Amino acid sequence: MGFKFQDYEHLLRLAGLFAAGIFLFLITQAVLVPADFGTYGHYRAGALEVAAKKPVVHGGERSCVECHEDVVATRAPGRHAAVRCESCHGPHAAHAAGEAAGVKPNPAKLCVRCHEQTSARPAAFPQVKSADHAGGETCTTCHQPHAPGVS
Amino acid sequence: MDRRTFLLQSGKLLVLSAPAAIAWEHVLAGEPQAAPNYQASDHWWAMIVEIEKCIGCGSCVRACKAENDVPDEPYFFRTWVERYRINPEDPEHPIVDSPNGGFDGFPPVPDEQGAWKSFFVPKLCNHCVDSPCEQVCPVGATFRSPDGVVLVDADYCVGCRYCVQACPYGCRFIDPRTHTADKCTLCYHRISKGLTTACCETCPTSARRLADLKNPADPIHEFLRTNKVQVLKPQMATRPKVYYNDLDGSVR
Repeated sequence: MGFKFQDYEHLLRLAGLFAAGIFLFLITQAVLVPADFGTYGHYRAGALEVAAKKPVVHGGERSCVECHEDVVATRAPGRHAAVRCESCHGPHAAHAAGEAAGVKPNPAKLCVRCHEQTSARPAAFPQVKSADHAGGETCTTCHQPHAPGVS
Repeated sequence: MDRRTFLLQSGKLLVLSAPAAIAWEHVLAGEPQAAPNYQASDHWWAMIVEIEKCIGCGSCVRACKAENDVPDEPYFFRTWVERYRINPEDPEHPIVDSPNGGFDGFPPVPDEQGAWKSFFVPKLCNHCVDSPCEQVCPVGATFRSPDGVVLVDADYCVGCRYCVQACPYGCRFIDPRTHTADKCTLCYHRISKGLTTACCETCPTSARRLADLKNPADPIHEFLRTNKVQVLKPQMATRPKVYYNDLDGSVR
């Protein structure tokens, strides 16, 4: 009877090794895996908070109209009423927070970005060949960007 | 209590302990609304792109780079614009160009002879429901948030580039400064504050519009019902959430 298990010490050693390995794995996992990993899925839940807390660079239309009501009134009847301020003026969250000066874009480069004639643009979109149309003058000689139309 | 019951009970407690502990932390701190699974579950973000409205001015590309601190060098884009020109005599092979991703707009092309068709296609991460990049990530650094935005955890990313390879839309790149994967986050830091994305904010023709599919009042529901809407590479079965109106069949 005892003959069958006379080498049982080997089994005990193997069991010890397995137990030590499992224990080591659990300790390593507890150390390396963040506490919130797996809360929502196979990722660290804190990453959502990190992504959501980054600073905003474009303040949005609302941050502009809070102060510049006069510009809103100027733009209302024109064809640019639906264009948001930061399309032309660039990011202005810092200006809205009072930390930086506003930026006026260069009309020599600004208008042609949208209104230079090219075949890929929709045909109904207003576009011109600026060299023929303006004859070397800037667009703001005749047009005012806040309410375009010939003035 | 016998041994079997004890083992079952302790097993359940072990499985539930992590999220329950986190939720309990918030409850003890007096802010139960900040507990997990409260935020983001009310939204399912998508985007509408109308090809016929895009004028290729590049405002969205510039705004995205400014908003998200994307490197200014070429080949690093979270969103970009491509120009397609189709020769009617060879409609299967459109000419596609995207100089610096459309950052500085597009130079005029020589006047084509005949009835060429040309248009602009803005592109960005499609925030797929079944995104391949999420599947291949070995460490869980790229994931889909509860409100449907595919994000990258830069602290966790090891820069193995599997996701860059796996994305069928070419939306990912390795940031040369951090050597981690980077991609469009749908301006998650803005939409979580009630703002729209930077590219939608600056598009002068509103060719791009952010949409919330879980909001029954959102115009996207009417839009999807009344327009011929397509998604990029539907045969890949990734279920993208950027819906294109008037998309030409040759666009890839």
